[in-house]
Amino acid sequence: MTEDRIARFEKRREEYRKLSDEQLKARFWDLCNELMAPVVDLARTHTSPSIERSILLRMGIDSLTAHGVVDRIYQAGLLGKGAGHVLLKLAEKRGCDVRAAAAAIMEDQDVLAGLFGEVRK
Amino acid sequence: MTTPVPLDPQKKMDVDEILQDLETYRPRRKGWVWRKKPAGGIRMGPFHYRDMSEPLKNSIGLPASKYFDHIDPQPAPVVTTEIASGRFEDDLRRMRMAAWHGADHLMVIRTTGQSHIDGLMEGTPEGVGGVPITRKQIRASRKACDLIEEEVGRPINFHSYVSGVAGPEVAVLFAEEGVNGAHQDPQYNVLYRNINMYRSFVDAAEAKRVMASADIFQIDGAHNANATAKAGWLVMPELLVQHGINCAYSLAAGMPRELIGLSTVPPNAPPAPKLWYDLPYAVALRDFFSDFKMRAQQNTRYIESDIEEAIRTHTVDTLISMLTSADIQSTITPDEGRNVPWHYNNIRGVQTVKQTWAALDGIKEMLSLRMDGPLGEMVRDIKERAVAFLEEVLEVGGYFAAVEQGFFVDSAMYPERSGDGIARNGQGGVGADSIVPRDPDYMAPVCAHFGENHLPEGLDKPCDPIGGCTLCKPEKIVYIDELDPEDSANRRLEKTLPYRKGNLIRPEVEWAGDGMVLLQLAIPESEPYAREAALEIARRMGLEDPQVINLMVLHPAEGCFLEVKGRVTFDVDRTTLKIPPKVELLPEDELREEVKKIGLRVVAATVGEDEHSVGLREILDIKHGGIEKYGVKYHYLGTSVPISKLVDAAIETGAHAILISTIISHNDIHRMQMRKLAELCQEKGIRDRIILIAGGTQVTPDMAAETGLDATFGRGTKGHHVVDAMIKTLRARGQL
Repeated sequence: MTEDRIARFEKRREEYRKLSDEQLKARFWDLCNELMAPVVDLARTHTSPSIERSILLRMGIDSLTAHGVVDRIYQAGLLGKGAGHVLLKLAEKRGCDVRAAAAAIMEDQDVLAGLFGEVRK
Repeated sequence: MTTPVPLDPQKKMDVDEILQDLETYRPRRKGWVWRKKPAGGIRMGPFHYRDMSEPLKNSIGLPASKYFDHIDPQPAPVVTTEIASGRFEDDLRRMRMAAWHGADHLMVIRTTGQSHIDGLMEGTPEGVGGVPITRKQIRASRKACDLIEEEVGRPINFHSYVSGVAGPEVAVLFAEEGVNGAHQDPQYNVLYRNINMYRSFVDAAEAKRVMASADIFQIDGAHNANATAKAGWLVMPELLVQHGINCAYSLAAGMPRELIGLSTVPPNAPPAPKLWYDLPYAVALRDFFSDFKMRAQQNTRYIESDIEEAIRTHTVDTLISMLTSADIQSTITPDEGRNVPWHYNNIRGVQTVKQTWAALDGIKEMLSLRMDGPLGEMVRDIKERAVAFLEEVLEVGGYFAAVEQGFFVDSAMYPERSGDGIARNGQGGVGADSIVPRDPDYMAPVCAHFGENHLPEGLDKPCDPIGGCTLCKPEKIVYIDELDPEDSANRRLEKTLPYRKGNLIRPEVEWAGDGMVLLQLAIPESEPYAREAALEIARRMGLEDPQVINLMVLHPAEGCFLEVKGRVTFDVDRTTLKIPPKVELLPEDELREEVKKIGLRVVAATVGEDEHSVGLREILDIKHGGIEKYGVKYHYLGTSVPISKLVDAAIETGAHAILISTIISHNDIHRMQMRKLAELCQEKGIRDRIILIAGGTQVTPDMAAETGLDATFGRGTKGHHVVDAMIKTLRARGQL
């Protein structure tokens, strides 16, 4: 396997000989960007509990509550909506602010049921 | 918010006061700050510096600076020191000391295991090998930094880590609290913390976007490969790849280039021919990454217990920065390999950079790198290997596939493989299976959010639906003080109160009142006996828990040099100490008048076999504020002058005084010379009309009485002291 790799490397190197330093550098950056493109897409289209907690922090929710709220939203299958979105929606529904909405979720996670119509379980 | 009282250089920082009113404290500024480097260079004392930044308002120079008008030239790059004892409240004083010596990037290491805590920590619990990073700890530290930067006259960049499974939250915390720099590299989580690879990269994009919004400077984690791979110097092509991945990903996440830094370490250390590895690597890196910032770290891979060895390697590391470039020059405490860094070793680390940078200032104006020889070839070789590495990663299916196949941190030089790379399973690790696809109506009503976000139409800012997020309206931030009041800074501070504000004194290296001392000794025995003897000596000296932390064999049979640490178990009461009274010097004008009145003349020389004349010249010459400045006429006889010749010269010229300088103290030679001077003057019958004065680094004021001289002076003496002593002696004798 290593021999293979070394042989392939030597072949690649033949090709690199034709490149100037600037061209080699451009190749390096093209490859880095190409490598990261699908990863960037993954990040663009996915979220995580930590991302959602960081959003709640930015909405003025304390860290302990943010943790509890995101756990409950995750369990209710609503993380894909965005935890901030969930809080906002609940606050609108109950006519309260987002902190009160967070407190409501902490008190009873069932307040999340039916918030977006169909709830995925 | 109450404005804290500025620091007084003559007083200790009041840590209790720092911890007060934190719930309303806001950082005075946000964002990273570079040093200011005047374009035309900078003039300090008698010198013109080419690559130095503006000096500090308050600082402590290198020990030799007293010979150079106390100048304290500050290197062009930001200088880092890493701080974290486990008790951040004690680290605040360490930060202040480091800032006075020239550090303006204070990097706080996190407590062990924090990267696996899925969420933020709060309060101020004690840490292990670092401090728990919490809002209270950051707010208090930033508050201290705000005061320290005002005291030294240069912005302090406060820094910690945005890694682990709570990266985005930590990034928000840092952005809210004015943290200025942070490590952020999703690869670090994957390779060294076994955090799930998908989670790590998804989180990282959000964290980077948040950091960028607060101008937080980012440092990557590639250098860890040097420290982890068995042969750190062979992973160089891979290091370029790791840097490239984090840079490309950071740009895609919305971070501007000027906030992206590479953490790079010269990978080798003597006895290896360091330059042949480190220099081509440094050049290759700076070529490929010319648009990014360089944070040059020092090598830790091969540091164990020998502090001097570490410092020598770090000096060469700094040389490599100077031959190439560094925007940030990091320092490693030279004792890192043997204990949790002691605070005075932070200072020594900073001094290594300051000393090297001053010594080699402007080196690139005199020397340039020869690229048409082996250096150019080696640079190109590393680059080609890195490009080929990337091509192979793409070939096997991309980044995640390559990590699964153990491409990274393999200890062989690519394309060779040792098969000891760190392989991670995409379905495994901490936080596995925790990322969730965003729904078509996904929304996050906050600023600095990365990726798909379906906000209502027509908003000015993403946080409009909630009336502003904490990044726009900091008053919305919720401050939590303590979760466990028993494990808190306030509890710990109660215990150390007598040492901080009372009259008790105990030595410290890490925490207030820790009692730690270091004993250095040479034992003329072979290693096993030397070790046990050193411990026994430490015990008999009353040290608790003595441990040998360094042993250097001087010769297998003749002996060893050892360093033993241990704790003293007693306190010294400040009120029982007798501080020698400070001698009140006569005013300069009065001295000048008296000197003129009698036409004061002296003869001076260094005596014995002693060629050290710098100190004496300073006492004599007008340029250094010597006795000449006061009108004293001197006759300098040179170095290594016999005492008899000096006495004869004094008689011949009718001098009022003889000044001798004696540095060498071997076998008490300095005392002998001083006695001989007094005796000879007695014999010649001139003792009562001549003033006899001696000085030297090993001379102390109380030696005068013992050796029969009129006055003796040690380190730090100025011409003013010497003239004062001469006039006072003449007055006491009624000769004036």
